[in-house]
Amino acid sequence: MKLLEVQNMTTYYKLKEGYVRACENISLHLEQGEALGLVGESASGKTTAALSLIKLLPENAQVMGGSIRINNRDIAGASEEELRSIRWKEIAIIFQGAMNALNPVRRIGAQIVEALRIHEKMTEKEACYRAAELFEKVEIDPARVREYPHEFSGGMRQRAMIAMAIACSPKIVIGDEPTTALDVMVQAQVLQLLEQLRRERQMGMILITHDLSVVGETCDRVAVMYAGRIVESGLTETVFEKPAHPYTQALIAAFPNIEGERYLASSIPGNPPNLLYPPAGCRFHERCGQAYARCSEEEPLAVELSNRHNASCHLLQGRVRI
Amino acid sequence: MSYLFAKKDSLILWKKNLVSFWSIYRQNTMGLIGLFILIFFALMAIFAPYLVTITTMVVDGVTQVLHPPVKGFWLGTDDLGKDIFAGVIIGSRVSLLVGVAATAISMGIGTVIGIVSGFYGKTVDAFLMRFTDVFLVIPWLPLMLVMAALLGPSLGNIILVIGITSWAGTARIIRSQTLSIKERPYVERARAIGSGDTHIMYYHILPNVFPLIFANTVLVAAIAILSETTLSFLGMGDPTQVTWGMMLHFAFSMGAVSFGAWWWLLPPGICVVLVVLSFTFIGYALDEVLNPKLRRRDQ
Repeated sequence: MKLLEVQNMTTYYKLKEGYVRACENISLHLEQGEALGLVGESASGKTTAALSLIKLLPENAQVMGGSIRINNRDIAGASEEELRSIRWKEIAIIFQGAMNALNPVRRIGAQIVEALRIHEKMTEKEACYRAAELFEKVEIDPARVREYPHEFSGGMRQRAMIAMAIACSPKIVIGDEPTTALDVMVQAQVLQLLEQLRRERQMGMILITHDLSVVGETCDRVAVMYAGRIVESGLTETVFEKPAHPYTQALIAAFPNIEGERYLASSIPGNPPNLLYPPAGCRFHERCGQAYARCSEEEPLAVELSNRHNASCHLLQGRVRI
Repeated sequence: MSYLFAKKDSLILWKKNLVSFWSIYRQNTMGLIGLFILIFFALMAIFAPYLVTITTMVVDGVTQVLHPPVKGFWLGTDDLGKDIFAGVIIGSRVSLLVGVAATAISMGIGTVIGIVSGFYGKTVDAFLMRFTDVFLVIPWLPLMLVMAALLGPSLGNIILVIGITSWAGTARIIRSQTLSIKERPYVERARAIGSGDTHIMYYHILPNVFPLIFANTVLVAAIAILSETTLSFLGMGDPTQVTWGMMLHFAFSMGAVSFGAWWWLLPPGICVVLVVLSFTFIGYALDEVLNPKLRRRDQ
């Protein structure tokens, strides 16, 4: 069953100078219990894409088109009222930097209770009880629901954030770089916890990150974004082992490999394009080593290379699946 | 497991917070002096009716007007032979009442306008802030006088007039803090959990601007007391009430200066100065306690 289906979603930010094309023609889908990794460098539109799903965007952002369906419910045309009932109940977000995502002057327990009471018909007492249960679930001493965010360590805050995210039993959880600010040990704990919760509750998960190793470890499928577009998507192993798009290849080459031969990680020359004036044709052609004339003229279409493995590159045009 | 949020616990925590607040506050000499003066005047105001009654000084059947201080009439008498000492003590009631009540009105208006304006921004902000600007640039004394004259001299009107002429500065301060807080990630998270605007303003923004409201309240209270004195001095006060401003008003208009009746002019004036000073001291001290950046570390 498809939990989430996004077709050609486009989100622009309106500035004085014009539109920033942060996300264009994003198509995604998510099955129950599946984890999808959304990778790409900074400013490639990962977070915008995720936040567009529940229209949690700054005021100057506009979802220009495309369809978004959560559980077969249309989001693109939903009113603010409907959106509010969908948020957290259907899709919850684990924000990056949990310290900032928690109100410093309110107890952590009270903030979980707040989320619960917006969506569930519960008394204060029941909600408190649930908050304590959730704390146990994420392996924090339930007595600490009374504490304030500054009394928690970074990893605990992130786990408290996860407890808050699963409070209303959402079907989809978006992790917006949930482990970025944490050290590797804590990162592993948090990922393990997410993994365990996902299996237990059969939640769909979208993991936004620029850390390929995190994706490799936790995600079933991966979508690679570059300059507001999905350039390649497929099963994680397929994409990692046989990257088809030059950008994905470069991204994987830029990542040190702890197994196998030692080599110098290579960086991608140049900078990501200014999305206010995106380059014509393929957005990667200015930095692509294999670009030819057609790349700067014509936008490449997605090519299905093998089962569920898609990439948008002119070089692949001839290599249609046999 | 709901004991986690039990009332008893939160009472203990509240006490703990209060104790830690006090341990910082008491290191502040200025704050302690201010608090001492304020408590002194507050007790005076509360117990005034049990302490004194305003009597007239009569010796051998003759009313002693403008009599200098003597035993029993510690601050002498006024032009009607009435006891000034008792008047000063009774006068503290109105001054403090007006201070507290007018401040409550002023802070209420200022906080609501500030938060709403900062939170919604755009048209709402532009409209509310121009409205605030009008109140900021209008010379407050003439406005107060006109309003007091129109509404008539009664205690309630004085409170109302001071309340609605003194909120503009507060609204500005609260707005600027709201602008900064509404961009914090936890407000975005609050949106993500599906909360509406009112909820966010009440649960997330208000608690975060609260220290500012708190510190500002004390300063506005000082201004409110001073305004009450000014209005009364200019003859716009409630003539049926004994207040420090009223005493000054009569002292001035009945020629206490030319008569050299310092015992009539000085006491109410000194009381006003002391109360305003105490509020200002407390305001500075609170600022230091609530804003860790201003806290001294050498103690």
